[in-house]
Amino acid sequence: MATTFDPTVSATAGSAENPAAEIAVPITLRINGKEHSLRVDPRTTLLDCIRETVALTGTKKGCDHGQCGACTIHVDGRRVLSCLSLALAHDGKEITTLEGIGTPEAMHPMQAAFLACDAYQCGYCTSGQIMSAIALLNEPCGPEDAAVKELMSGNICRCGAYANIVAAIQQVRQRV
Amino acid sequence: MHIFEFIRPADPATAINTAAQARTAQQGADVRFLGGGTTLLDLMKLNVETPDRVLDINRLRLDKIEDASDGGLTIGATVRNSDLANHARVLRDYAVLSQAILSGASGQIRNMATTAGNLVQRTRCVYFRDTAMPCNKRDPGTGCPAITGSNRTLAILGTSDQCIATNPSDMCVAMAALEAVIYVEGPRGSRAISFADFHLLPGNTPHRETVLEPGDLITHVTLPPPIAGSKQVYLKLRDRASYEFALASSAVVMKVDDGNIRDIRIALGGVGTKPWRSPEAEAVLAGKPANAESFRYAAEAAMRDAKPQSENKFKIELAKRCLMHTLQTAANG
Repeated sequence: MATTFDPTVSATAGSAENPAAEIAVPITLRINGKEHSLRVDPRTTLLDCIRETVALTGTKKGCDHGQCGACTIHVDGRRVLSCLSLALAHDGKEITTLEGIGTPEAMHPMQAAFLACDAYQCGYCTSGQIMSAIALLNEPCGPEDAAVKELMSGNICRCGAYANIVAAIQQVRQRV
Repeated sequence: MHIFEFIRPADPATAINTAAQARTAQQGADVRFLGGGTTLLDLMKLNVETPDRVLDINRLRLDKIEDASDGGLTIGATVRNSDLANHARVLRDYAVLSQAILSGASGQIRNMATTAGNLVQRTRCVYFRDTAMPCNKRDPGTGCPAITGSNRTLAILGTSDQCIATNPSDMCVAMAALEAVIYVEGPRGSRAISFADFHLLPGNTPHRETVLEPGDLITHVTLPPPIAGSKQVYLKLRDRASYEFALASSAVVMKVDDGNIRDIRIALGGVGTKPWRSPEAEAVLAGKPANAESFRYAAEAAMRDAKPQSENKFKIELAKRCLMHTLQTAANG
């Protein structure tokens, strides 16, 4: 039994036990500046494609129905929900995930602010929070905390780290 | 999820011809247009929607907002809700539309959801979304468990004994008040549909929600020229302050001259089976003084035909107060 995970082979690549292989469709996705030539079942969401096929697991699956925001990524610089997006609809798009934002050695200012403000507890929603917060910097948003809360309402945090999340975002906004 | 073929039509004509092969453009459609996917993909995961073919219309160049020659505005079918809400002319001339859109969903969803998609947004009735339950809208003839069940958030206007599902859209409430016109291209040519005629009451056919037929592609929506000097307000009341559907909402476009109401358009959300224009409330207010007494009569008129269910009688009072407050805010300028 092969146990090595090869991210270049899609979950639908062919075998007799896997009839979905017959309907897998080729696609090239540009993720964090790198081209990925893949074969995906048409039903594959961008979220599952990023996590399972391309093996970038920074993007999280929460509700899978557009209610929690954990799967937030950027498409052409705008924040969207990858769970309600089809992978096949995104060829030619510039897709950015948490892995494309910063590294442990060179964090994005928003990542650094989340650290400094302790803007998480369990961390599961944090990737989506940070992706949402970075996109918010380029959206019409009033200066007050209430405006930030309103525009961040699509990102749920079960631990209730909201106060520190708002503080982290405001710290970055005041600097730029 | 039901397996489907993903197709990206090269032009609107191809999209229309392919979609025209569908049995229906309503519930149970075997061909669906894909816009933002925020409703469609959600319902496909729930097996409420099971199309065999999904037509991606996002690259058909229907994504422009342009000044119309009559002074109005033309909004392409795939214009994203966030782009529409933040457009300079919408902010200036159609503020009620901007307010309504920004009161709905989340930043991410507004970046995805399209104008045309919002027009055909589906109800959030929990029975409709759960294929283990009967639902006349999803599966005609199986019954409506909401009438005797969980109906706190459901409709009090336009209901039938077959369906009491609420139309969830905020955008549509503002467009109803603004008298938007919906432009459709279909197998037999193009046509314009007034906003009031686009959505259907459930009656005995709750699975039919709009007048769209197979192959009908919404290409754009137009807004008439703004009423000079009018005040526009959208107010939405809900269980939490953000990212929640309306329990009651009101869109008001009002022009007051010397203390009297010259022009008035009122639409309600969260209470109707379709985006609810209220000619009854408008008739009460035409020519009357813009004061609290007039607004109270208008609110009474708007709710005269309301038919509450076991859990949502509170909506009648809530909707009245919502409308009175919206009218007063507009009057205050």
